Amino acid sequence: MATMKDMIAPFDLVQPTTIEDAVDILRDAGDEAWVLAGGLDTMDWLKDRIKRPRVVVDIGAIEELRGIREAEAGGLEIGAMTTLTEVANHARVRSEFSVLATAAEHVATPQIRNQGTLGGNVSQDTRCWYYRSGWPCYRAGGNVCYASAPLAMNREHCIMGRSRCVAVNPSDTAPALIALDARMVVQSPRRRMYEAEDFFIGPSVDIERMTVLEPGDLLTQIYVPDFWANSSFYFEKVRDRGSWDFQLVSVAAAFRMSGNTIEDARIAVNGVAPYPVRLDAVERLVRGETPTETVQNAAGDLAVQGARALRHNDYKIPMMRNLVRRAVRSVAA
Amino acid sequence: MIELWRRTQNPWGQDILIGVSWDLMWTAVVLAALFLVGHAVWYRMRGFSAHAAEAAAPVPAGVPARVQRHSLAARIFHWSMSAAMLTLLITAFVPVMGLEIPAWVTIHWIAGVVLIATVIYHIIHAIGWQDFWSMMSFGPNFFREGAAQMKHLVSSKAPEPKGGKYPFDHRMYHHAVIVASLAAIVTGVIMMMRIDTPFFTRDPYLVSDETAGIVFAIHGVAGVLFILLIASHIYFALRPDKRWLLWSMVRGWVSRDVYATHFDPKKWPVTEEEASRKSASGALADAAVSAPKEDA
Repeated sequence: MATMKDMIAPFDLVQPTTIEDAVDILRDAGDEAWVLAGGLDTMDWLKDRIKRPRVVVDIGAIEELRGIREAEAGGLEIGAMTTLTEVANHARVRSEFSVLATAAEHVATPQIRNQGTLGGNVSQDTRCWYYRSGWPCYRAGGNVCYASAPLAMNREHCIMGRSRCVAVNPSDTAPALIALDARMVVQSPRRRMYEAEDFFIGPSVDIERMTVLEPGDLLTQIYVPDFWANSSFYFEKVRDRGSWDFQLVSVAAAFRMSGNTIEDARIAVNGVAPYPVRLDAVERLVRGETPTETVQNAAGDLAVQGARALRHNDYKIPMMRNLVRRAVRSVAA
Repeated sequence: MIELWRRTQNPWGQDILIGVSWDLMWTAVVLAALFLVGHAVWYRMRGFSAHAAEAAAPVPAGVPARVQRHSLAARIFHWSMSAAMLTLLITAFVPVMGLEIPAWVTIHWIAGVVLIATVIYHIIHAIGWQDFWSMMSFGPNFFREGAAQMKHLVSSKAPEPKGGKYPFDHRMYHHAVIVASLAAIVTGVIMMMRIDTPFFTRDPYLVSDETAGIVFAIHGVAGVLFILLIASHIYFALRPDKRWLLWSMVRGWVSRDVYATHFDPKKWPVTEEEASRKSASGALADAAVSAPKEDA
């Protein structure tokens, strides 16, 4: 009898119904476990036979992880398993935190947004094709970055924040959550809360991870405080195709205005570094300023200071500069 | 079972070496801890301190109260190299142990460049101003002293041999550090060509996958060796019976009593006259005052 060999590597599928059970299972399985949320990133890895976890923990049956609730301290608590469609369609998200709704709407296709989750979107791995193809690069535990080689195909890779690895973070919702000063709640045996910008880490911290999540950790909730509710928001994503594509560069910004003056701002860009970049220098620059063309240009120029292109992605520098300009211009009278 | 190497498949499906296994690092940490504890217990049980007291000898005439052992230039080298080495070890292994050090790669290569600079400085200083060959040569006295040292270690009746300015164990340690340092430096420079530094245009294909794996493995082995070497070095520097060595590296001199107890005046002759000549001409006279003579 013929033996079929080319199958997804076998694993134990576990479907806990509580966060506590999930955390226990993840702790026991350690780095042999894989968390399955919407499954969109997961299935690529498993079907390509590149990730071979021993235990797949499907957290789809944990009701606590779903839905959007009013937080006691104000703001919203969004369960990590809330789908991107739910986030994009939620009345309060749309009315008060529209930058998040817009960002969620920009993820891939309706079908993918129906299945994909907010937690999965921020936790997904980079799309660097050398890495995704299973090449033994730094991020995969090897000792080379194929994407930064002189003749590498690196059009979509980073222009800043690189440290050996030059991959970029692919999440659309990540910059929006940073602009909203969201907090990520991570449960392992102990509960921790991270500011959104600290949730994402670069290769200089750990080259094999894109977030603070380590084996045994579970992202359970995203808390969006109401400080930035009803601010002036801006989100723009530039991609190769009109739909269903990862960003080349995206920007998310929140502005608190006092008349024509920017009282406060939070601006984040993604697709330019291995992590979403918060532009705190630009925020300081525009704070207290009227967003004139001079300020817009200065903001754009400051945003790309230190940017360094690879062989094929120098277009990203003006693209990032222009997106930041446009974000600031969006609140001009 | 401890794994020695990390291996993977390259894009062409070939099985290649990519570096040392982290098990080796943990093994070195455990071995270093075992050695330190074992040595401390063994030393106490053997009663070596009695030998040290017996070894005290009359002070030769003309020896100054403070015998210069390390010039300021030598001490600056030692402590700069120590800072670089510790930084290198911490940035190399602490992230592997799970503690995050942001930008550890950048800190690591900068410390590596500092190490290279200190080594170059040391080589020039040693050749130009110190008696380079008396540290580096392997004459009959070197092996005689080594044999006496081994006898002293295995037999409680054998007294500790007195050495020149650089006793046998110090020289052996120095040679081990030379081997590990050169291995780490040569491979480190090749590895630097694969990352962003101001010195090279990054090129991950400078050497083949297999060669790169060997380079990483040698660098890793050197790093693991340094765990053992530096742990033992710090341990001996802090031991009460050896603390005079630490102080001599801080102050530059040893007392007349320490000199008489631990050194052979024939191998390391020191006189008031030479000492005053040294203080008159600074580090330039370092070799004239303190050059070990045994293998000259």
